Amino acid sequence: MNALLRPLVALVSGLLFGFGLALSGMLDPARVQGFLDPFGAWDPSLAFVLGGAVIISTAGYFVSGRMQSPAFDKAFDLPTRTNVDCPLVAGAAIFGLGWGLAGFCPGPALASLSLGLPQTFVFTAAMLLGMVAHDRIWRKRPRPLVGAAT
Amino acid sequence: MIPAIYLQSLLGGALIGLSAALLLILNGRIAGVSGIAAGVFGRVNGEAATRFAFLAGLVAGPAAYRLAFGAWPPIHVSGSIPLLIGAGLLVGFGTRLGSGCTSGHGVCGLARLSRRSMVAVATFLVVAVLTVTIQKHGIGL
Repeated sequence: MNALLRPLVALVSGLLFGFGLALSGMLDPARVQGFLDPFGAWDPSLAFVLGGAVIISTAGYFVSGRMQSPAFDKAFDLPTRTNVDCPLVAGAAIFGLGWGLAGFCPGPALASLSLGLPQTFVFTAAMLLGMVAHDRIWRKRPRPLVGAAT
Repeated sequence: MIPAIYLQSLLGGALIGLSAALLLILNGRIAGVSGIAAGVFGRVNGEAATRFAFLAGLVAGPAAYRLAFGAWPPIHVSGSIPLLIGAGLLVGFGTRLGSGCTSGHGVCGLARLSRRSMVAVATFLVVAVLTVTIQKHGIGL
């Protein structure tokens, strides 16, 4: 039963996410870059989007903390790492550079595909290529150190 | 009073938060778009269908908006094709190296009070602000 319900939950969750992005104005890279421009004509919208999202997400996390397991799986599958390391900071910085340049992060880039703009297809294709390049090439590069962290 | 345009952003954000809360409480998973998207290309297992369903819903979201409001959400893409390719490669590689993007580290990680996510969000916000500032106002500012 869970094998059927889990994809259904994911579909509804994705739909809410995409609808929320469209409603929030964050599909528009011009608005995103307006937020990232505090020294210009600053558009604070994104702060409201992130604020609204984190408040509800925090409520969800609080509820999940009182549950033994999620409704449709045996256990929660959450990130366990706590150390701040070089890949985390370098990756976030590289992402920030790309985000600033184009005004797209992964969620809006994928969601905006439904509008059929050639530019968003180009961006999303390049983004997926960048992901594959990391996962298939960079992460599997030969490294001399024995027992190096992945 | 908060202007209507910001209320709309707040409501849209709340729906994104609800999406993350549902995925966590019902499926026990983090709504991180970069991880879910990259996972689609990974090994095929039981999770692949679930990840694909999330992405299908995500892409259908703006179409649902059009059904509800009779118009597509506004979008203005100004970058040239080479810039979009370069930025896309950086976003894809960076989110995988840094284990998350605005959703996984921002919406979900901040809610979990994850130290890694707080550092990631601060880093990508600062770098993105610097990038846009230099891009729009020149290095002289």
